[in-house]
Amino acid sequence: MIGVFDYGIGNLASAYKALVKVGADAKLITASESLNGLQGLVLPGVGAFGSCVNAIREMGFDNLIVSAVEREIPFLGICIGMQVLFENSQEDPLVEGLGLFKGSIEKIQGDVKLPQMQWNELEFEKGQTSELLKGIEVEPWVYFVHSYAANPDIVRDKELKVVATCQYGSDVVAMVEKDKVYGVQFHPEKSGKVGLRLLSNFVELCGVSR
Amino acid sequence: MQSVRIIPCLDVDQGRVVKGVNFIDIRDAGDPVELAKIYDRSGADEIVFLDITASSDRRGTMIDVVENTAREVFIPLTVGGGVRSVEDARKLLRAGADKVSINTAAIERPELISEISAEFGAQCVVVAIDARRCDSSTKVANIQGNYLWEVFTHGGRESTGIDAIEWARKAGELGAGELLVTSMDRDGTAMGYDIELLQKIGQVVGIPLIASGGVGNINHLIEGAISGKADALLAATIFHFGIISIAEVKKALKENGVNVRPMQDDF
Repeated sequence: MIGVFDYGIGNLASAYKALVKVGADAKLITASESLNGLQGLVLPGVGAFGSCVNAIREMGFDNLIVSAVEREIPFLGICIGMQVLFENSQEDPLVEGLGLFKGSIEKIQGDVKLPQMQWNELEFEKGQTSELLKGIEVEPWVYFVHSYAANPDIVRDKELKVVATCQYGSDVVAMVEKDKVYGVQFHPEKSGKVGLRLLSNFVELCGVSR
Repeated sequence: MQSVRIIPCLDVDQGRVVKGVNFIDIRDAGDPVELAKIYDRSGADEIVFLDITASSDRRGTMIDVVENTAREVFIPLTVGGGVRSVEDARKLLRAGADKVSINTAAIERPELISEISAEFGAQCVVVAIDARRCDSSTKVANIQGNYLWEVFTHGGRESTGIDAIEWARKAGELGAGELLVTSMDRDGTAMGYDIELLQKIGQVVGIPLIASGGVGNINHLIEGAISGKADALLAATIFHFGIISIAEVKKALKENGVNVRPMQDDF
């Protein structure tokens, strides 16, 4: 069973629907509950960093996420759901992120419109592979919606693997991972066939029956 | 890199697509879910549903349409028509819309833009602007004498006396994530987008612009992207009647140096 955190902000059900579409046994998590029986967790997110972190804490999901990561349950953060895993964000400097990843989220730099609200081409990091990219050989186009992003040159370290970036004003983190914690800046649930393949890969690595 | 999105727009009346769709191999040309699936497969980068249901008590059907579409179609979905409150927006977003488009209600109460933006994020607020060039008979020309385009509401029927360029700037400031700019002069004429309108709005806002109204051939789309500097190109009739395919549009744009998402088969 894959749990999708539902903390009442915006269109969070899309990720759930996409997981169901790829055949996963999935459910929405609407209150803090036991992790028993959960083989994977997905944290979607839209809107602002601060309001997402606050909502996650209010629901008690922060503790759930930390213990899931300790128990090595595969975890996928999408868009703001990835950003909140970092320590903080320029978007709401006073709000502390969950801090599972070191570093902060910064406003996108360069002569480009904000938000980046468009499809963009992923650029795979040389020498990196990811279970999530299984079967996706050509650098695919995926759908992004964000004004803030992680800078790959700053967040990349021994622990945090940058798997893919995209070009928008400057180099922007598109996929990161650390052990069983995966983060994607784009929306796989809105990225057509390639997005569904990525989610299907996640379901597979969770070992969920289909 | 910046790329341009191609967006087919479907007018939906009480849950059924209207204004004619003429596809080969379609089981039900009036079913919005079926059409959205076809457009997804044909390379659309996003889909817009415009609810033109006149009576508000029948609007609930749109929620079902969005629910059902979101189960089958995994590209961005924008829904407009009849969104008058944060609650209206919430229902559509919960049903599976990624963005809601607001028009008349935003003119009547501009704070609605900020309210939806604060609640769900600017990325899901599209402000639709229906603009008409002023002539001596329009209110704006009469009052101010120096505006070029006036905003119309209620599906283009009601004059507002508001300068479209100024309204675009204000909508951006209030927290719109994107503007859907329709030229009422060009809509339905197949004469091409109002490029000057797009340019003028592009000069005063920093958020993405969707060009709409008037596409009759492939050059109009190229013009919208290159001269109009639109971030997204919306069209209805030419796609619905198969006059141009999305694949052809993307090929032509690419040949003219405009970045587009390749067709999905390429991955």
